Amino acid sequence: MALLANSDTISTAGDRRARLTRDAIGVLVILVLAAVGYFLFPNNLALLTRIIAIALLVLSLDLVTGYCGVATLGHAALFGAGAYGAGIAAAHFGITDPIAMLAVGIVAGALAGLVSGVVVLRAHGLPQLVLSIAIVHLAHEAANKASGWTGGSDGLAGIMPDAVFGLWQFDLWGRTAYVFGIVLLLVAFVILRQIVRSPFGMLCRGIKQDPVRVRAMGASVHGTLIKMYAISGAVAGAGGALNAISTQVVGLDSLSFTMSAEALVMLVLGGTGSLYGALIGTISFLWFEDVVSAANPFHWLTIVGALLIAVVLFAPKGLYGSFAAYLERRGRKGR
Amino acid sequence: MSAIFDVRNLKKMFGGLAVTNDVSLSMAPGDRVALIGPNGAGKTTFVNLVTGNILPNSGTVTLGGEDVTRLGPTERVRRGLVRSFQVTRLFSEMTPEEHVALAILQREGRSGKMFASHRAMPDVMNEAQALLAKLGIAQLAHHRVSEIAYGQQRLLELALALALKPKVLLLDEPAAGVPQSDTARIEQAIADLPSDLAVLMIEHDMDLVFRFARRVIVLAAGEIIFDGSPDAVTKDARVRQAYLGSYADARSVA
Ligand SMILES: Nc1ncnc2c1ncn2[C@@H]1O[C@H](COP(=O)(O)OP(=O)(O)OP(=O)(O)O)[C@@H](O)[C@H]1O
Ligand SMILES: [Mg+2]
Repeated sequence: MALLANSDTISTAGDRRARLTRDAIGVLVILVLAAVGYFLFPNNLALLTRIIAIALLVLSLDLVTGYCGVATLGHAALFGAGAYGAGIAAAHFGITDPIAMLAVGIVAGALAGLVSGVVVLRAHGLPQLVLSIAIVHLAHEAANKASGWTGGSDGLAGIMPDAVFGLWQFDLWGRTAYVFGIVLLLVAFVILRQIVRSPFGMLCRGIKQDPVRVRAMGASVHGTLIKMYAISGAVAGAGGALNAISTQVVGLDSLSFTMSAEALVMLVLGGTGSLYGALIGTISFLWFEDVVSAANPFHWLTIVGALLIAVVLFAPKGLYGSFAAYLERRGRKGR
Repeated sequence: MSAIFDVRNLKKMFGGLAVTNDVSLSMAPGDRVALIGPNGAGKTTFVNLVTGNILPNSGTVTLGGEDVTRLGPTERVRRGLVRSFQVTRLFSEMTPEEHVALAILQREGRSGKMFASHRAMPDVMNEAQALLAKLGIAQLAHHRVSEIAYGQQRLLELALALALKPKVLLLDEPAAGVPQSDTARIEQAIADLPSDLAVLMIEHDMDLVFRFARRVIVLAAGEIIFDGSPDAVTKDARVRQAYLGSYADARSVA
């Protein structure tokens, strides 16, 4: 028995090191990609920052859809809440410190997540999807009507963030915004890696696979999902706030059904249930969209559609998911 | 001794048919009860009703003196009423170690932790490892459930129930689907349970029933037709009647 326990401790430590290594590699890859983007596309930093903001939305969607199995087409409501939260704080309340704006966005997103969660989790399957669509439409309509606060269909302007820590002004080339975004993404990524591996994260994965079993363990399915929805809202809200800070406007499109649906497409493209899939899906989709729409402004949507069909048919687990499954198969053969 | 678990006049209709009809039974701490009956007698339905997985048409369930009839499954588990499933319910993408660790963490109210890993908790890991070893599946601790044989999944199903350290344990055919070579492990694990625990086991294998039970309850067509000692059950005329034709069949099911 002592021997058994001993060998187990060793394997656990080894395991842990392997996972930390994998996380470090993840962080490193993000940093390298960030640097490559910075130096290869110095005139496109605004697009890259937008990709980061959307990546936060897709990560957030992955938390509820990929990890918990909740179907939603209304996730942009959370992103929009963060964007309007940060934007309104700056334009109406003079809260122009970017960190404070970010904090407001995160809180607004988390609250929107709580509210959406309470509504969406009342149903399952298709009715759940319909509820989520209703939420994003209602949010969109509310933002449109409350034009005194949101600028309505003209968008919310007059957002002038201060320098970050009083040191780095937001410049015309978008360098500061880009670095701000990368740091934000890294922090979010590291925190989320922790959460999805924690006991709470296991519980969420359990709920996706068999909620009856989770209840038979004495755990609360609804309570756990609501918590995850709030966390997801905070992450999406951070993305929205980043978008408001970097573009200095907030439009109704940040709260749209289209945006919700595209986020889901990006997630499926990259692969659900792994944070890497969300990142890869967002980057591939937005990069592809940018390249194709420049090359062929008339048929780019057709081409994007064809790509999606190809991925769903030939790599149903998404780009990252299929790649990971392939590696695992090879690893097993090699063993 | 006072009852820890008490069911009164439980009734469930499925489309006009009473699958459980006025079932009453009560158990005291330390009871070892076998619930037997022909296929389709309503045994699993009874467990589902008692645990709150389905709602009864009428009747009450009392746990340690508290009426839990209106509570959901989660709340009943937290009060110490734990069941295992006849058809294994596990998380196919998770490992046995994760399953058992999650059950232990849940029992201790630590399953909501977000910035910790069960692997960094030696107490949880050691307990999980010991439980898996006891059921003979320690070597599979790090395999995904979808990759392990059904018989071994059955052992994990039992491990989960045990990890929750219940006060009342309902086992729905724990040995069904387990290879003959491993049933001894199940028997041993059940025999080693704390003596103040009340255990009700549904089982078709009569040899197992006679080794385990100090009291046997026979359910047929949704009604309790016998409640007494193992010695008396084989001699009871109504039991023989109920099993007529299906008894030989029942023996071979396990
Ligand atoms: N959800 C349901 N809807 C309708 N009928 C059901 C449902 N669940 C069970 N039944 C019926 O209720 C009866 C009792 O089923 P139950 O599963 O409780 O039997 P059992 O005694 O556990 O049998 P076995 O020994 O085969 O496990 C069966 O006739 C079954 O078809
Ligand atoms: Mg049954």
